[in-house]
Order: sequence, then C-alpha cells, then structure tokens
Amino acid sequence: MALQSLDIARRSATTTPAPSIRETTAVAKLIDVSTCIGCKACQAACMEWNDIRDEVGTCTGVYDNPIDLTAKSWTVMRYAEVEEQGKLEWLIRKDGCMHCADPGCLKACPSPGAIIQYSNGIVDFHQENCIGCGYCIPACPFNVPRISKADNKAYKCSLCSDRVAVGQAPACVKACPTGALQFGSKEQMKDYADKRIGDLKSRGFEQAGLYDPQGVGGTHVMYVLQHADRPELYSKLPNNPSISPLVALWKGFAKPLASLTMAAVALGSLFHFVSKGPNEVSQELEDEIAKEDAK
Amino acid sequence: MHVTRRQFFKVCGAGLSGSSIALMGFSPTAALAEVRTFKLARATETRNMCPYCSVSCGVLIYTMGDKSKNAKADIIHIEGDPDNPVNRGTLCPKGAGLLDMVKSANRLKYPEVREPGSSEWKRISWDDAVTRIATHMKKDRDANFIEKNTDGVTVNRWNTTGFLASSAAGNEIGYLTHKILRSLGNVAFDTQARI
Repeated sequence: MALQSLDIARRSATTTPAPSIRETTAVAKLIDVSTCIGCKACQAACMEWNDIRDEVGTCTGVYDNPIDLTAKSWTVMRYAEVEEQGKLEWLIRKDGCMHCADPGCLKACPSPGAIIQYSNGIVDFHQENCIGCGYCIPACPFNVPRISKADNKAYKCSLCSDRVAVGQAPACVKACPTGALQFGSKEQMKDYADKRIGDLKSRGFEQAGLYDPQGVGGTHVMYVLQHADRPELYSKLPNNPSISPLVALWKGFAKPLASLTMAAVALGSLFHFVSKGPNEVSQELEDEIAKEDAK
Repeated sequence: MHVTRRQFFKVCGAGLSGSSIALMGFSPTAALAEVRTFKLARATETRNMCPYCSVSCGVLIYTMGDKSKNAKADIIHIEGDPDNPVNRGTLCPKGAGLLDMVKSANRLKYPEVREPGSSEWKRISWDDAVTRIATHMKKDRDANFIEKNTDGVTVNRWNTTGFLASSAAGNEIGYLTHKILRSLGNVAFDTQARI
C-alpha cells in the first residue's frame, strides 16, 4: 500500500514541516455542467465505493434527493431552473468538496492530523483524529463538511483518496455515463476544459468558462460553467469564495496572542508563588469557620 | 518550597510511568496519516453483465478472497468494466448501485411457483421448474398447434405461447434461442433488449 503519510503537504494543527521534496502530480476532477444529465450515477457510485448508505429520503417536490449534503451523502446533485433570454435552462450541479488548494477547513481545524492535504491536492478528513468540534463547517467557503450524529465526526468527499493512491480515478468519475466528470492531472483537466469552453462558446454561450476560484488558491475540483460570469445561478455557487476573515484572525493573529497570554499567566502564577508563597489560612480564621459550621 | 521525601518519590514515579506508557505505544498523538486502504487489492475480479436494462453494460464484480477452498466468496464491490465496448467502465445510477441489488433481501434467488387459486409462492427446485415449464409448453402446443392454414398450406404455427429472452444474452445464445423457438413453431418471441 502506498505510504501516503510521506506525501503530505499540510496537516491540521501541526507546526512541524511536512515532508516536501517529492513532487507528486497535482490531480483534479472536472465537472462539466453542460454535459451532465443529472442521472446521479455519481451519487450511487460514491455511496457504493465508500461503504456508506444514507437514509432513504422523501420527495420534496424537486429532483434533489437527498436535499442537502449529509455525513453519509458526500456528493449531491443540485437542480436549478433558471430563465435565460426567455429560455428555460436546467443547470444541474454536482455539489461536494472542492478540494481547495488553500483549505479553510484545514486552517480552522484544531485537532492535529484530523485534516490532511496531500501533495497531489486532495484534502482528506481523518476521522480517527477528529474531535467533532465542527469548526471546519463555518470555515468552508462552500459549506461542505457535515458532522455525523452517529459518531460526532466530520465527513466529506475524500476524492476517493484510496483509489487515487493506487492510480485509479474516483468512483464518481468512473461511473459517469456522459463523461461530464473527468479526472486527471490538473493541467490535463484545464486543457480539456478549454476545449469544452470553446465548444460552448461556439454554441452561443459567450460567458462559458472554468470555475477554479483563486480566492481559495484554486481548487482540485473544477467546473465548466455555461455562465461562468454568474456562478450563483448554479444553486448558489459562490462567486468569489474565500476563507472567512474570522479564521485568519483566529489562527493568524489571535492564536499566538492567546498562547502568549496563557504562558504569561502560568509564569506570573509561578512568580507569585515564589515571591508570596502559598496562600495559608490562619488558625484563627479556621477556628471561626469551624464555629460557624457547628452552628 | 518544601518537598517531602514521599512527594519526591511520587513525582519521580509518575514521570517514569508516564514516559514508559508513551514508549510502549500509548502515545496520545498517533503520528501517521494514511488513506483508507484500497479494498480491492487482492479481491477476485469477475467479469459479468449488468442485469437491469437492454444496454447490457459490462461490470467487474469483486469478491473477498482468492477462491481458495476455505475462503467463502462474498461480493464486496461492483464497478464498470473498462474493456466492455458498450459502457467502457461507466454505469448508470442503477448499475452503480448493483451491489445493493445483489445483497437485497427481496432478490429472487431460486424458482418459485404460485399454483392456480393459491396466494402463496412456493419454492421449487430448478429441475422441477424446467420440467414444469416444459410440461406446460407441450400441453399448450399439443392443444393449439396449427399445422395447416385454411387453404391447406403447411404453416406449423404455435401462436398461444410467447417467449421473452434475456437482453444480456450474447450472439450464440441468441442464435440458439431463435433455433429452438422457431423449430417449435413459436412466433411471438422477443428479447428484453426491446423494452
């Protein structure tokens, strides 16, 4: 089995540097919204491969089922009906982890090794180290991680890190019958996306483009969108996602300050103890308390 | 600060036991981060065909064990067969969820018969099932076979029984199905590939 521990780029709540001299190929999944038919083969393949079975949902009047990501549904199809130039467009987006190059979840995670970024770009949750604090959820610009009620641990798409580690494509990509999902090196995926965007532009989608948001350093799951200028059309895909400034404030500015305060309190206590000695209660006071208690 | 002899020994003992526990591998921080082990590494791979629709996608069925005598095979995963020209590794949502059909409690695993007038399904053996079907076919054919039409032309028709063949059948099975049924005079037969 591939020793992926040597191919780590970043590890949550860890300050020691990761082994970094090996250069592994950055991988990416490309989701071509324009060729997706919304069949949900990716959803089924994801559950099958990852040995998770979500509860059977109920019809909410739309095709979205389950209606949202859960700890057991790591990818869901979101069906948006929008009117563009007097024509109905059915924009179907496969939602799930975007595997950001600069992951907000990893930055916010306080548990060492619960969130790992591999050098190939995959951001993986390691549930054995997860403490279930849920900080990854508000820190995610795409609102992806979910805490399981069964074990109180956070779950999300792993981009099938176990398959990719042995040179296989993720289960969703392999299953996709229309080829709307593609997997390869990030460079290859960008080249393929260019071809698709060229095709879409020739069909009248002037604003077709690639969704690889730079606000999170680019992503290892990218979209080809017909309306790349308005990603919010696709069930509220964020236009310019970025990690919440609170995370930066907390982990960048407040964390060393808090550590310093704690150290100062400990040191101050020690000095106080050395200079003033232990707090001793006088015999008279104790006698008085004993009298009070006796009453 | 005053430390008694007893306190000194307590601190030393606690320190020693703590570091020993850590050395023995009970360290609170597990260091390595591993991906989930690839579950198909030494599983047995078997080629088959998806049974659902007429597209007949190729599938790879993965079973636990290496078919050795004492290891009981159990299907753990099914995915598309990349070498099958029909689907080239892809599957639809039903095909991608085939494992749950294999494991379904409602799956039919053996022939069953519901006798006329009965509401109960009764399990029968394969031999009994084939014999039963053959008997019914012969009885119906003997009663309704048309050798000649009203003009006296030999037609050899058997119009009262239909036959539905599997969509997953290959060329050779299709040929045999055709030969057997035509030789019986059967006219109304089709494959599920038309559905």
